[in-house]
Amino acid sequence: MAVLETKGLTKDFGGFVAINDVSFSLEKGEKHAIIGPNGAGKTTFFNLITGHLEPSRGEVAFEGRSITGMPPHQIVRLGLARSFQRINIFPRMTVFENIQTALIARDHKHFSLFSPGAAQNRGETRELLELVGLDTETAEIAGELSYGKQKQLELAISLAENPSVLLLDEPTAGMSPQETREAIALVDEIAKSRGLTLLFTEHDMSVVFGISDRISVLHHGELIASGLPDEVRNNVEVRRVYLGEGDDAAA
Amino acid sequence: MGWNMPRGVLISCIVVVAALAFIPMADSRYLIDISTEILVYVLFALSLNVIIGYSGNVSFGHAAYFAIGGYANAILLTTYEWPLILSFPTAVVLSGLAAAFVAYFCTRLTDIYFAMLTLAFAMLVWAIAFKWRSVTGGDDGFVGVTIPELIDGRVPFFYFTLIIVTISTAVLWMICHSAFGQTLVAVRENITRAGFIGVNTRLMRIGAFVVAGSFAGIAGAIFAMYNRGVYTESAFWTESAQVLIMTLLGGMYSFFGPAIGAATLYLLERFANEYTQYWPTVLGVILLVIVLVLPEGLVGLAKRVRERLAGGN
Repeated sequence: MAVLETKGLTKDFGGFVAINDVSFSLEKGEKHAIIGPNGAGKTTFFNLITGHLEPSRGEVAFEGRSITGMPPHQIVRLGLARSFQRINIFPRMTVFENIQTALIARDHKHFSLFSPGAAQNRGETRELLELVGLDTETAEIAGELSYGKQKQLELAISLAENPSVLLLDEPTAGMSPQETREAIALVDEIAKSRGLTLLFTEHDMSVVFGISDRISVLHHGELIASGLPDEVRNNVEVRRVYLGEGDDAAA
Repeated sequence: MGWNMPRGVLISCIVVVAALAFIPMADSRYLIDISTEILVYVLFALSLNVIIGYSGNVSFGHAAYFAIGGYANAILLTTYEWPLILSFPTAVVLSGLAAAFVAYFCTRLTDIYFAMLTLAFAMLVWAIAFKWRSVTGGDDGFVGVTIPELIDGRVPFFYFTLIIVTISTAVLWMICHSAFGQTLVAVRENITRAGFIGVNTRLMRIGAFVVAGSFAGIAGAIFAMYNRGVYTESAFWTESAQVLIMTLLGGMYSFFGPAIGAATLYLLERFANEYTQYWPTVLGVILLVIVLVLPEGLVGLAKRVRERLAGGN
């Protein structure tokens, strides 16, 4: 069953078509990678799905209902959360407060003027930080963490919304190969234990072919292939526009 | 409960309020007047900081809500002869409603446009006060405000002010440290991300504006009674600028920073005016210092000094 579907999704930035007529589906429980050269429109595609950008044409449906044109905060509440390629946390708050605030929002307590913020969801905050391995940094200012740890925090913020589908935009961007392996193992484990459906973009082809159930390829804003890893690997067009180049870069 | 104000802060607050309670013992009209006025400005500046420090927007028109609170309370007390127990809360609600109305429009915009629109609305309030002579007294001001007998007198009015400001500050502190206040900080820190944790960021910013407007209304309502009159100047942009400078001078990233800024700026102005004619020059220098070396105000300075001293040991 498709949990997330787009039909004829198009984004036209005043003449520059960043996403062109993309019809795509994400199956429940799968780990689905979106690949494509820089500028292929991966992030724009994520922004369209999550309400950060409004599509010029086309439809986005989540669990069978249209979410086209919905603002991000409503889409998140349906169970579709995302992380960002560039770190997107609350830099001057502590690590603990970053997660705690996300949980306050999830529980609709952000308009509670008279319940103390610092007392909310403490146990669950600690559990989440433990899950992503930040339990010793709880009191630190989030913006002062190392890059890798900020990425982990970002992941924990996304998880705090209890999503059923998680979109990860380059979860390992800027990480060393060692950190990449650890981060991917962590994401994989969390997806399994929480029964998450994962849609992610990733530049490291060994990661992509290692963990994906299915792969889609974007090129110049168009979806040129979507299928099992082997199908995509052997797709003539994909080889021509992308993989040859990608293999060289990886080697 | 779960409200944990740091012990040092709590003790400082108690000491300050207790010390203020003894001020009338000094039997100095001058001291009582200064203290009453400072208390009003403290509440005014603290209220503005909900918008600036907590929600991360700049308002150039905060005087509007101070003036609405003042005019409403004065007119209801005097023209309509309402009892204070009704006129005062009504004035506060009206300030809050006006803030909600303005915020509805301003929060469609960000940054400089937000600030300019707050200024535009404030000047609108000023223009109404100026032109609607039959109700507001126009540029003569609304004078001869009726004061309930119980608080009619310098000392009782000082205690009235002290009690209202203390309670308001406590409530404001709770709001700023509530689940709402914490989420507001998240909106300030990263409005995009706040949306992606499921927060309707526009509604949060409107909420902050309403809280700020209501408490400014309280300050204005007190001030109208203290002066026994309300004047169009209270809605003028210079008044908005003054409270903005108070907030920045004290430090917007600290709850009590604006209170310190309000007291400091008020006293500086008072003394500068007694000894020189150059208050605007002094004010200009203060502004320069804030912008160039004290981006986090006096509270930020105190923190830096403390850290340096600790580092030196």
